[in-house]
Amino acid sequence: MSGIKKIFTPLRNEMIKQLKSGDSVLINGFIYTARDAAHKRLIELIKSGENLPFEIRGQVIYYVGPSPAKPGYPCGSAGPTTSYRMDSYTPPLLDLGLKGMIGKGFRSLEVIESMKKNKAIYFAAVGGAAALIAKSIKKSEVIAYEELGPEAIFRFYVEDFPAIVVIDAEGNNLYETEPPKFSK
Amino acid sequence: MKKALMREIKAIQIKEKIKDLFLEANFHINPSLMNQLKVASKQENSPIGRKVLDMIIENNTIASIEELSICQDAGIAVVFAEVGQEIHIIDGHFIDAINKGVREAYEEGYLRKSVVDDPVFKRNNTQTNTPAIIYTDIVSGDSLKFLVIPKGFGSENMSAIAMLKPSDGEKGIIDFIVETVRKAGPNPCPPTIVGVGIGSSIDQAMVIAKKATARKVGEHNKDKRYARLEKIILQKINNLGIGPAGLGGNTTSLAVHIDFLPTHIAGMPVAVNICCHAARHAEGII
Repeated sequence: MSGIKKIFTPLRNEMIKQLKSGDSVLINGFIYTARDAAHKRLIELIKSGENLPFEIRGQVIYYVGPSPAKPGYPCGSAGPTTSYRMDSYTPPLLDLGLKGMIGKGFRSLEVIESMKKNKAIYFAAVGGAAALIAKSIKKSEVIAYEELGPEAIFRFYVEDFPAIVVIDAEGNNLYETEPPKFSK
Repeated sequence: MKKALMREIKAIQIKEKIKDLFLEANFHINPSLMNQLKVASKQENSPIGRKVLDMIIENNTIASIEELSICQDAGIAVVFAEVGQEIHIIDGHFIDAINKGVREAYEEGYLRKSVVDDPVFKRNNTQTNTPAIIYTDIVSGDSLKFLVIPKGFGSENMSAIAMLKPSDGEKGIIDFIVETVRKAGPNPCPPTIVGVGIGSSIDQAMVIAKKATARKVGEHNKDKRYARLEKIILQKINNLGIGPAGLGGNTTSLAVHIDFLPTHIAGMPVAVNICCHAARHAEGII
């Protein structure tokens, strides 16, 4: 584990090359939320040849369905949801230029292969640290599928959003390399 | 004459109590759990693991002070009710009152509504976080006792049940529970609380497993044989190396809580209900 790296979205290839499994990062810039229902709709758009509601090239998707914002807060509690439910939808998005995903938990082999091919990063945020993570979300607006409520696509502006590189663009996977060091 | 002996409880009292309990559970982590997280942070060998535990502790502190949802997944509303048979509920219906309490808590507390009306087809959000899941026991006395559990689904999805053979014995139980936690890996937000229900029938086993997740952390089963099993299983789970957030370490679970019931001569159901580190619950009496 090296020192904490400050990174900015959209993610550029030079930055992606420097990010290694195990790195602690602070993410800055715009990120987009999407979970089960929004992913389903994005894939339907791709299949029917339509444009996505945001330019996906270089972007980072955060798997989250935030709590409603209390008055005076830009965003409600917003920790990661479990990523594997998005696995089947993910390779087509990576093929379109998605460069980063923030979530928690295992990814499928298909996703990891697609990440290697497309040079993308999988970050983990700490599940359940939702009120703390929300402190790094400075602005929040719904950009698509408002009717889905917490499952809508939000654009967040984040400052120093804390995350860890779990799977890097070469496919090194912290979930595989770390636990064996501590198992007895 | 008989009617006068019944204690009357108004539906609105039930609604208010349920609302208060769900707000309390979603904002304030139980002190026994907070304490265990602090102990774990001191004992954790992995630097990333310690960092994760400290973030969780900080998160729970912020949530409590500012009255924010501990986790964005404020769960599906589970209610265990013990209804004294000497009470008479008036001015409304018991189940409606509970659902109204849930709806008001989730609305007024800025808690996420996470319930869809049908599981397969449209999956429309009910916008109220209802219906609640309600288990009711009729007990003696003239009070109404509630245990509420807002249950998140990251960990619910990693839960499992096995219909073991009586001959599988202790080893079969230990292996099944440890394997369930191993397979779950980082997904259920470790360090987890592992609720286990052994015996009864397939349905009842999971109900007692769920209730066991709400036991005070640090308390063991009163039956020494089961308490021993809890300790053995916790040790084996923490030897897996999964660690906080699944990023490696010796804190994979904070507690294993086993409850048991009599069962059929032919069976040994074992239900494992995993709960994330944000094991939220609250209790109250009317």
